[in-house]
Amino acid sequence: MTINPLAPGGLAPPSCPRPAPGVDPPLEVPAYRSTLLRAPKQPLVLLPHGLTEVTGPLPGGERTVAADADLTTRHAGEPLGERIIVTGRVLDTGGCPVPGALIEIWQANAAGRYAHGIDGRAAPLDPNFDGAGRCLTDAEGRYRFVTIKPGAYPWGNHRNAWRPAHIHFSLFGRAFTQRLATQMYFPGDPLFARDPIAASVPDPKARERMICRLDMSVTQPDWALGYRWDIVLRGREATVFEQREQRR
Amino acid sequence: MTLPLTPSQTVGPFLAGSLPWTDGPDVVPAGTPGAITIGGRVLDGAGAPVTDAMLETWQADPDGNFAHPDDPRGGGAGRTGSSGAAGFRGFGRCVTDAAGRYRFITLRPGRLPWPGGGTEAPHLDVSVFARGLLDRLVTRIYFSDEQAANVADPVLGAIADPDRRATLIAVAQPGLPGEFRLDIRLQDPEGGRETVFFDV
Repeated sequence: MTINPLAPGGLAPPSCPRPAPGVDPPLEVPAYRSTLLRAPKQPLVLLPHGLTEVTGPLPGGERTVAADADLTTRHAGEPLGERIIVTGRVLDTGGCPVPGALIEIWQANAAGRYAHGIDGRAAPLDPNFDGAGRCLTDAEGRYRFVTIKPGAYPWGNHRNAWRPAHIHFSLFGRAFTQRLATQMYFPGDPLFARDPIAASVPDPKARERMICRLDMSVTQPDWALGYRWDIVLRGREATVFEQREQRR
Repeated sequence: MTLPLTPSQTVGPFLAGSLPWTDGPDVVPAGTPGAITIGGRVLDGAGAPVTDAMLETWQADPDGNFAHPDDPRGGGAGRTGSSGAAGFRGFGRCVTDAAGRYRFITLRPGRLPWPGGGTEAPHLDVSVFARGLLDRLVTRIYFSDEQAANVADPVLGAIADPDRRATLIAVAQPGLPGEFRLDIRLQDPEGGRETVFFDV
């Protein structure tokens, strides 16, 4: 094993700004019961950003084919429900597009039921819909999915608890610090304000950034409503090190 | 320009329909010379197994290079692995099973230079996703048989309590060469055994 030796001071501390307060939810949110036994009790320890944090996994084309972005055409027939287009851009806080980034989505069907085995609620499965999609962002950071509008569904968090319609998103940026899992919600959903998961985001403006908007320029006449949702990952500095190592 | 961030939300209980990859836990293909395994359980604050978690790992290769074009030392040339070890991906993804267990097959990462001087001991960065986690939890996995390197590691060195430091160190299994074990405790009401999680 060889070690990459660097003279002291050769690596300058990288600059990857940490999120502003109020954007990311606190870990313990009593209104969301599942946090009670899972949120750490000890304070998080500040991790300075070294090489492991300023780099990150880059799963790419080997993980997805173009057909993965259309959740309505991967089975024998068409799924039931309201066909929609969901598109937008992945950017960083510096305004730079994030190209070639893997996006994975998963969602309930139009009846509010997940195809996954542990969802045993009394609502129909759709043999033509599995709720899973993948795509890579293009050179401008754009992504586009065709899917079915997911239904709301009840959950056991409290009496008469219902999740607003949502699509789960998992995103890789280019650095470990940029990894994001989140949920996209739909405009005008009266369940949004009643949802302890959405409400876990302290800043109301940040909360609203999880809601897509109807966009008639994305909508295709006689075929599908279009929604636009841009996703902003943490920023990263392109040049974070003062000098390159002399390879030997 | 500064754009406002998109907030994090939980992955919920239904990620298993979409996110697992059959080769996810294999950072290198099984049978790769020098491969090690790292496994353990994910436990909640009641000591119960967390059966719906997903762990992701990210690490350098045995020479301390990253499979990443932005490795500022120019080590990683390709997207999918560039080190001497064929098929090394640097990235692992594993969902926990019905007993809360995870297991990765990988190569031992090399040491890394640390910003401002010093050397990081071999380690993996780990993200934990699960129902009930509104944001991912970030932790690290170090190795019990790297004692000298661990003592000099700047991240471990910043954790004063040795019991808490130990929550980051996977333990070599006697009689099982290349097998390491580390449980991840999301919460310990008493404090001492709770895994150290980082603000990254």
